[in-house]
Amino acid sequence: MGFLDLLPEADSDTWSVSELTAYIRELFEMDFRLQDVAVSGEVSNYTHARSGHLYFTLKDSQAQLKCVMWRNAVARQQYLPQDGDAVVVHGRISVYDAGGVYQLYADRIIPAGRGNLAVAFEQLKQRLAAEGLFDAAHKKSLPVFPRKIGIVTSPDAAALRDILNVLRRRYPLVSVLIAPTLVQGDEAPPQIVRALQWLDGRDDVDTIIVARGGGSMEDLWAFNDERVARAIFAARHPVISGVGHETDFTIADFVADVRAPTPSAAAELAVPDVGELRPLLVARQSQLVTSIQEIVARKQDTLHNLQRALGHLNPANRLNNYRQYLDNLVVRLEKAIHSQLTQAHSRLALAAKTLHAVSPQATLARGYAIVRDENGRIVRTIHAVQPGDKLQIQVQDGRIPTIVTHNGGNTDVHPN
Amino acid sequence: MSTQIENLTFEAALQELETIITQLESGEHTLEESLALFERGQKLAAWCSQQLEQATLRIEQLTADGEIVQLS
Repeated sequence: MGFLDLLPEADSDTWSVSELTAYIRELFEMDFRLQDVAVSGEVSNYTHARSGHLYFTLKDSQAQLKCVMWRNAVARQQYLPQDGDAVVVHGRISVYDAGGVYQLYADRIIPAGRGNLAVAFEQLKQRLAAEGLFDAAHKKSLPVFPRKIGIVTSPDAAALRDILNVLRRRYPLVSVLIAPTLVQGDEAPPQIVRALQWLDGRDDVDTIIVARGGGSMEDLWAFNDERVARAIFAARHPVISGVGHETDFTIADFVADVRAPTPSAAAELAVPDVGELRPLLVARQSQLVTSIQEIVARKQDTLHNLQRALGHLNPANRLNNYRQYLDNLVVRLEKAIHSQLTQAHSRLALAAKTLHAVSPQATLARGYAIVRDENGRIVRTIHAVQPGDKLQIQVQDGRIPTIVTHNGGNTDVHPN
Repeated sequence: MSTQIENLTFEAALQELETIITQLESGEHTLEESLALFERGQKLAAWCSQQLEQATLRIEQLTADGEIVQLS
């Protein structure tokens, strides 16, 4: 019986190499901790292949880890390591089937040494910029008249005294709420983040200053921390950074809504100057007086106009008006009477003329006469009279009384 | 009626003062209203200057116990 016979038959209990390797790869990939690791070590066997991919081994005194970084991740790296560099590599662990090895698939390589701070700074800056954390579109504007300024800084430092002095001088109307933190060392970033978040969560705070006095790049390092940067970015209240001196730029400066070159400058940017508010107030006061004076003058004009109008309605004036009206009426009355009289006169003259034309007088003048009986009735026929009747005969210039003697064909008239 | 002037912040008082000036300049109010506005404007202006002259920076600090203490 040979050795091979001792092994189980090639059935479900037997793996092919590929199957086993795939199974192991899956084990690695199912472990979420292995899918997001940061490993520190020293770089060796560093190779930057023509393809653009990066291969190296990370080692410490006891162990080594194969690492690969694909071309697209390499492209995002500002910093590229050299053999011997102390680095922190971030990525995921998986298996390279063909080589039968597990390795770290790196997406970020960060220099670990302090000497590489500038490089790490650049890298973080690039990355956050690419993410849009510095975009002007995200910058919030500062309130013109802040009510309460939250200050994230060390309580004992000169930076805080400088800020308070500036606020006292420029705008003592504001309140200040200090959230003390370390501003240096490994403990500083989480403390800064906590203080910032605490202040930002308050509704009475409307501006936040994150400040630290001058120092070396290492001293200011807490303000280059990604956590601090993200906390500043996430704040709903506007954040002013005032870190170090004029020449110092930190990541916090780039992500802040307003970057001030120093803590004092941050305070100056945060508040208006009462020195400028006083003349503004004086101007407003004189505007107020001018406008009320104009209103009073305008109302006075209106009043004068009304008084004039009222004058026309005064009873005394109305009496005078009536008087004048009455005079007018009298004149018109007289005129009317006068013309009526004249009219009457001429009508009278006309009537007289007409009357004359139709009167019997002219006929009488020609020698005719009118006979009337005792009752004044005109006698037109002989049958109207009896002998003895008294008649009146009217001639041109008077009447002749007569007595009828008889009423025959001849008329015998005797004067009596 | 309007807010007690003493309860107004500097900003709110200044803003109301500016509103009153605009209202007065529009000339759309009766004389009584205008005079009342003017009087309020005067008080607001006085309150603003008083705040500018008398304000002292109010400083509070968060302690390690999570309390807020008044420093000045």
